[in-house]
Amino acid sequence: MNDKVTDFLIFDEESGTYIEDPEQAVRDDVEKNYWKNVVKTVVKDRRLYLMLLPMILVFLLWRYLPMYELLGSFKLTEDAKSVSEQYFSGFSYFRTLIFGTGGAELSAQFWRAFRNTFLLSFYGLVFGFPMPIIIALFFNEIRSDIARSIYQVLTYLPKFMSTVVMTSLVVMLVKQGSDTSGTQPGVISQMLSDLGLISADTAYAGMLNDPRFFRAVYQISGIWENAGYDSIVFFAAMIAVSPTSFEAAQIDGADKMAQMRYVILPSIFSVIIIMLITRIGSLLSVGYEKVLLLYDPNTYVTADVVSTFAQRNGIAGSLKGMATAAEMMNNIIGMLLVIGANAVSRKVSDVSLY
Amino acid sequence: MRRKLEMSELIFRLISYLLLTMFAVSCLYPFVYTVSSAISGYAEVSDSKIVLLPKNVQFDAFRDVFSDNAFWNAYTNTLFITFYGTLWEMFVSILGAYALSKKRLLFRKGFNFFLVFTMWFSAGLVPQYLNYLETKRAFQSIGIYDDKWLVVFAMGMHAMNIILLRNAFEGVPSEIEEAAIVDGATEFQVLRKVYLPMCKPMIATVALFFAVSRWNGYFWSRQMISKISEQPLQVYLRLRLEEYSDPEATANWQLSHSYAPDSVIYALIVCSMIPILVIYPFIQKYFAKGVNVGGIKE
Repeated sequence: MNDKVTDFLIFDEESGTYIEDPEQAVRDDVEKNYWKNVVKTVVKDRRLYLMLLPMILVFLLWRYLPMYELLGSFKLTEDAKSVSEQYFSGFSYFRTLIFGTGGAELSAQFWRAFRNTFLLSFYGLVFGFPMPIIIALFFNEIRSDIARSIYQVLTYLPKFMSTVVMTSLVVMLVKQGSDTSGTQPGVISQMLSDLGLISADTAYAGMLNDPRFFRAVYQISGIWENAGYDSIVFFAAMIAVSPTSFEAAQIDGADKMAQMRYVILPSIFSVIIIMLITRIGSLLSVGYEKVLLLYDPNTYVTADVVSTFAQRNGIAGSLKGMATAAEMMNNIIGMLLVIGANAVSRKVSDVSLY
Repeated sequence: MRRKLEMSELIFRLISYLLLTMFAVSCLYPFVYTVSSAISGYAEVSDSKIVLLPKNVQFDAFRDVFSDNAFWNAYTNTLFITFYGTLWEMFVSILGAYALSKKRLLFRKGFNFFLVFTMWFSAGLVPQYLNYLETKRAFQSIGIYDDKWLVVFAMGMHAMNIILLRNAFEGVPSEIEEAAIVDGATEFQVLRKVYLPMCKPMIATVALFFAVSRWNGYFWSRQMISKISEQPLQVYLRLRLEEYSDPEATANWQLSHSYAPDSVIYALIVCSMIPILVIYPFIQKYFAKGVNVGGIKE
């Protein structure tokens, strides 16, 4: 035996001594040639890896490279074009945003935006989340296929309108009246003021100019846009329930409420949990486009969210580092929420989302 | 007892029909209102007298829209971006999803994470903006001055859609693939002759998702396309809306027009929705499937 040191000796009964495990040589070989084997496999399957290449490139260039720009939130000069032109400034932007050192105004705006971000999606969760479930329950009652597909076509439709079209419609429907051009307020504002829900003055001044109504307008248009389409998932879970379960429940004397409570709800429970957790995971990702198209300086108090704060200060304005820092904090907390939500989902229903 | 049961079901069914009808009508109403307002007269629209049906019908607002060259330009740009954008996204996504669906792919978990991480965390608007600016400079340095190509190549692309495709490809039985390989098919042939035909519904769904979001794209186009003549329809629509929402800009409008400035906006909205409304009923049945699979895996 040579003097090579090896930990893997086995007792050989024939000769009565310890010898090297012959299988270990194979294992050593595999380990030593790991990268060689990798290269070999890749070369053999080169077409498969070639297929992967465009996707990797696209995501590297336009998803991961921007993350490098995040370094900008630690850098000093505001008017530089790229990260490399700047120099390190530590956590000063974060300090300004969080504690208001050297910029109390900006810090107040940031916290307002953070609070609005949370509140907009929280209200969306409270009012928007149950709607698709209720609509799916109704869909489940429709026995005629034709009637149901008509309802489906109509209620999914708003989802396919662009944010610009949707917000343009909202703007027009609740627009302000004007003496200069002699126009009356939008038709929805007028209806609401005729019903006594808002004052005629408010309707005339325009609901979107009034910070009190921004959240309501945002949520109602959101429900209008999403509720029908989001019901698909719940409805699919409901039609999977076997009809015999209903018959059994009926024989046992369950009325409609009892059937819902004991047959439908348990069967869609896991889907509800998954969707709920997804929503909680995305509590801090409010779409900037819709807010950007609906808000104006009058309604910043309730409408400004972190991403629009970043857009205003970093893209339209010149506080690039500050805006990057603000959004980065928001997105990191958001990511932790997603990961946490996914872990909870795995525990609760054995289903992980990703 | 039995009668009471039937009563509760009957009542619930009635309520279902009633509320669903109300909701469906409220989904449809804005569209009907839009068309009506686009073809109603000046006084009716600016006094918000239109509730459902058009009054004092005119088609001058549409004529105004159609006679504007900028509108046709914007429409062509949107078609361009939607066509090439969807093509590029489908090309990248199908190839990537196919590779990811193969168990024999090395570092498969790593590649999947690489994809999924972009759904969890994004760098944010400002870094993205700086990145696009640099891409734009790079494109210009190789002679591409049309910013539409920047929109086509650098924007869009959703990890979620790739995962939907990957899941569909994973559902194809491996025996079929093996049989094809035994018959001497290459990787690309297997994808084209076996996987694509077998996953048609999901491919249609994902293509629809990509195309709709391309058609509706607004923010980054407005930020990154410098020439106004290269802007897509959504940006054009928004610019017109901003122009007309200033009361001063439309102060003496009725002296020279038979229709309200709002009607122009409504007419534009109608024009921008028509393509989606036309193809929507035909593909509606596909995407219900796509949502159900929704990235969930056991």
